[in-house]
Amino acid sequence: MIRITCPYCGPRDHQEFAYVGDATLTRPSDDAGADAWYDFVYLRDNPRGPHLEYWQHVHGCRAFVKVLRDTLTHEVLATGTAADDLVAGGR
Amino acid sequence: MLKLQKPSQPFRLEEGGEIDRLAPLAFRFDNRRCIGYRGDTLASALLANGVRLVGRSFKYHRPRGIYTDGSDEPNALVELRTGDRREPNTRATTIELFAGLEARSQNRWPNLQTDIMQVTSLFAPIIPAGFYYKTFMGMPGWRFYEHFIRRAAGLGRPTADPDPDRYDRMHAFCDVLVVGAGPAGLAAALAAGRAGARVMLLEESDAPGGRLRADRERLDGAPAREWVTRTVDELDAMPDVTVLTRTTGFGHYDGTVISALERVADHKPVPDPFEVRQRVWHIRARRVVLATGASERPLVFAGNDRPGVMLAGAARSYVNRFAVRPGSRAAVFANNDDGYRTAIDLARAGIEVRTVIDCRAGGQGAGREQAAALGIECLDATAVTATHGHLGLTGIETAQLSADGRGIIGQPRLHSVDLLAVAGGWSPNIQLHGHIGAAPVYDAELAGFVAGSGPGASRSAGAVNGAWSLGECLRQGSDAGGEAARLLGFNPGAPELPVTEEAPVGPIRPMWRLPGRGKKFVDLQDDVTVDDIELAHREGYQSVEHLKRYTTLGMGTDQGRTSSVNGLAIMAEERGIAVAEAGITRSRPPVVPVALGAIAAGDVGMHFAPTRRTPMHDWHEANGAVFDHAGHWLRPQYYLRPGEDAGDMNRAIAREVIGTRSAVGMVDVSTLGKIDIQGRDAAEFLNRVYINGWSTLPVGRARYGLMQREDGIVFDDGTTSRVGEHRYFMTTTTANAGMVMAHLEEYLGVHWRDLDVTLASVTEQWGTLALAGPRSRDVLARVVDGLDVSDEGLPYMGVRDASIAGVAVRLFRISFSGELAYEVAAPADHAARVWEVLVDAGAGHGLIPYGTEAMGIMRIEKGHVAGGELDGRTTAVDLGLGRMVSRRKFHIGHAMAGRDGLTAASRPGFVGLVPVDSVSRPRAGSILVADPQARPPVDKLGHVSSSAWLSPSLPHPIALGFVKGGRERIGSTVWAMFPMRNEAIEVRVVDPVFLDPDGERLHG
Repeated sequence: MIRITCPYCGPRDHQEFAYVGDATLTRPSDDAGADAWYDFVYLRDNPRGPHLEYWQHVHGCRAFVKVLRDTLTHEVLATGTAADDLVAGGR
Repeated sequence: MLKLQKPSQPFRLEEGGEIDRLAPLAFRFDNRRCIGYRGDTLASALLANGVRLVGRSFKYHRPRGIYTDGSDEPNALVELRTGDRREPNTRATTIELFAGLEARSQNRWPNLQTDIMQVTSLFAPIIPAGFYYKTFMGMPGWRFYEHFIRRAAGLGRPTADPDPDRYDRMHAFCDVLVVGAGPAGLAAALAAGRAGARVMLLEESDAPGGRLRADRERLDGAPAREWVTRTVDELDAMPDVTVLTRTTGFGHYDGTVISALERVADHKPVPDPFEVRQRVWHIRARRVVLATGASERPLVFAGNDRPGVMLAGAARSYVNRFAVRPGSRAAVFANNDDGYRTAIDLARAGIEVRTVIDCRAGGQGAGREQAAALGIECLDATAVTATHGHLGLTGIETAQLSADGRGIIGQPRLHSVDLLAVAGGWSPNIQLHGHIGAAPVYDAELAGFVAGSGPGASRSAGAVNGAWSLGECLRQGSDAGGEAARLLGFNPGAPELPVTEEAPVGPIRPMWRLPGRGKKFVDLQDDVTVDDIELAHREGYQSVEHLKRYTTLGMGTDQGRTSSVNGLAIMAEERGIAVAEAGITRSRPPVVPVALGAIAAGDVGMHFAPTRRTPMHDWHEANGAVFDHAGHWLRPQYYLRPGEDAGDMNRAIAREVIGTRSAVGMVDVSTLGKIDIQGRDAAEFLNRVYINGWSTLPVGRARYGLMQREDGIVFDDGTTSRVGEHRYFMTTTTANAGMVMAHLEEYLGVHWRDLDVTLASVTEQWGTLALAGPRSRDVLARVVDGLDVSDEGLPYMGVRDASIAGVAVRLFRISFSGELAYEVAAPADHAARVWEVLVDAGAGHGLIPYGTEAMGIMRIEKGHVAGGELDGRTTAVDLGLGRMVSRRKFHIGHAMAGRDGLTAASRPGFVGLVPVDSVSRPRAGSILVADPQARPPVDKLGHVSSSAWLSPSLPHPIALGFVKGGRERIGSTVWAMFPMRNEAIEVRVVDPVFLDPDGERLHG
């Protein structure tokens, strides 16, 4: 029952959010090769420790929130908008 | 002469205890009439009535009695209540007695005294851990044996009736949450409460106090009970302090959340009117103090499971709190000083305490002298080596221990006793710590595991933290509560602790198993013995997690609270490693059994999920609609006319298809997902999300679009209309409405943040209907104002604004049925009015409402793809829609759709299927094969994706499907197999468009 601070709505229970996925990936350019697309669509790291991910505030403002979360402790270290570059401890 | 025999309480003490002798309560156990008092648990009342045998064990059907006084009880599980409230496996030690209580023993037949299945005990040497699986699994007839094996093992029977009670869920917030209201918890709550923090204190039993209710402790020179009363009064007077009794913290989650079960009405025969039976609390606290205490451990010796063998702390609880003598002639067996205080308390209650058997050779504290002074024989370096008595303890044997504790010296000595109190040390209740990942740490001085540091804002205090003495528990509690308050910015001030009177105690001697012949039970609930653990060791199941799963050690309702540490310590001895090295199994929620009803709370029946009704729902209901569930939506499946019933379904569906194809029909399509798309880059956005192009679509036109996922598989379809220069109106399938919205939002929110596009879900803002059939234009023309609905005024795929009966509507000339057809979108509040106006206008034209069945048949007749085809496995080419893919742009899935696997010629292609006999009905889901006689494994050619059992327009059933070779196979036959129903139907492969392939009807 972690809490996520939505940059628009404030701190909310994770039940208001839907987990989206890895926020470290960048969608390849349209004409990138098959390998780049394969990596983007299928390959995911499963890091132990801080991980950058997207959560959608589905039962709120529906924004995509970037969340820096420790996968071991579930501690939310920082949150921001999709445009933000996050580092632990703040935006 | 008839003699009325009144039930008596032969084992009740004359005075003392927390029971109310002025409130007698009648109850029944196995139909025996008994009397107890308010303040009793079922267990204490049974003991007062002289009932010692309360159940049979899980595997060997051994007679069992009451072993503990709390929720860690492994033995005394009973069936409670009757009828629709019958509940199995409830612990007699936690059931508060109420008038009229009915309980029954479990796992015995025909009765508790004469249990036929007890013969399993004779075979015990040949049914070790894993016996049934090792012996019977894989043998012919396992299915036959399984039934009997499962019946022989097991416990109580739940009711099969619906639960008549209500449950509740609460969310609460506080500064400091204290779990457990024993001395440490009370001191913690008091310190935090006095500092001004918002405090919640949870107590599992009916009142705070913990061990202070069970032991004869003194605080500030008076019985400790007085301090408890004073403290609770002070907490009750604090406005920001909440004390919840009958509430057990059962789960500890991220974000400092504790889930707790409050047994609101379990102490009553039935809940009061409008009262819930139980309530689950989710409490989010800023700091948590876990003061969950400790569970006493048994000693593991031969015959340690007989009724009459009981934990020492429980025996003290029964004499001190419940004023019950758990026996008449007692012995105490201990490896620590708790043995002496138990002997003293039992003796003071008038029980003849004959012996204290102490494993230790020396080093005892002050208790031994006090016990000896009372005339109790105290044996050092001695162990119980056997017990006697069939349905209850009658005697024990003791013998001198060898120096290493592994053997005995000399001849055993017989003692005639009916109560053996066992004190094997205490295991901290660290389960809640484990839930959030705090690693247990072995404390050699305690001979038990305490919680290590873990994440989050929780800390422990008192016995759970390894505190042995009352004074230490109070100090730790007060410190933890004060620290929690201070960290939150409150000022707790100097602690005020009551003065304790405690004698020094000697050290514990860990004795994980004792010498002697016979079954030595480690886990009483799961019938796991020392032999089973030794077997697990020999067979290689040596890690504690393997040990648990192989032997079922600690997997009962008590979650191993009395057995885990003993079991893993014995395994450590077998492996020749330290207990600390062996570790302990990871605990997971819930700590105590929680009814699923309590977790579901109000989310049952109609409240389980929302029901979505379209704006025209009431009309459908009034006009004979039979509804079908489509996700949360209710949609008319077909309409029955007066005098028809469910048996007329096929007639109704055929009527609707024929009526539509011959005149005009109308269907409610409000459930389709609708998305308003606006922005300067809207056309570019559509170009990227659909596989086909949108740049050329003029204002006032609609276009069919197909969406892919990023992996190149088709995701959804629908029509999207350009309703303004920078504004589009998208529709999605009913099933995918929510997913498509989130999918589009993700691209705009994450990947294409530079696009100027805004989305709004308007599914519920519009009520929509489709008007289809050769007379649809005539009906529409009668009601539409401000628009010429001729082919010129509203051409195929045209979109126009107009008004119907004063309601502004949007008209689309699009068709799913293959007929000349229109869709009318009206603001939801006025859509029912528009529907009714059209019904009236169509009366003279033969207008008929139709449901989803007729709609489905008509789309299959036209070979339009829907859910059965868009199944998450098909590509645009598979669907025969490859020509839609625009080559002048990139779109989602563009790159991956070109992969070899998705473009292989061997992929099944979309076709129509017709039964060769013109009568059989190939079922959706049937597998297409070449040879119906082939034995598995059979090469699969494809499958049937949609089927219309009835096609009024055609002389035979029809189906859609995918077959290898696709259209190249048209004209040949294959077999549609449905092995679960033993069906094999020869089908001819045909074009998927069964009706009007040139679209003449479409253009009217």
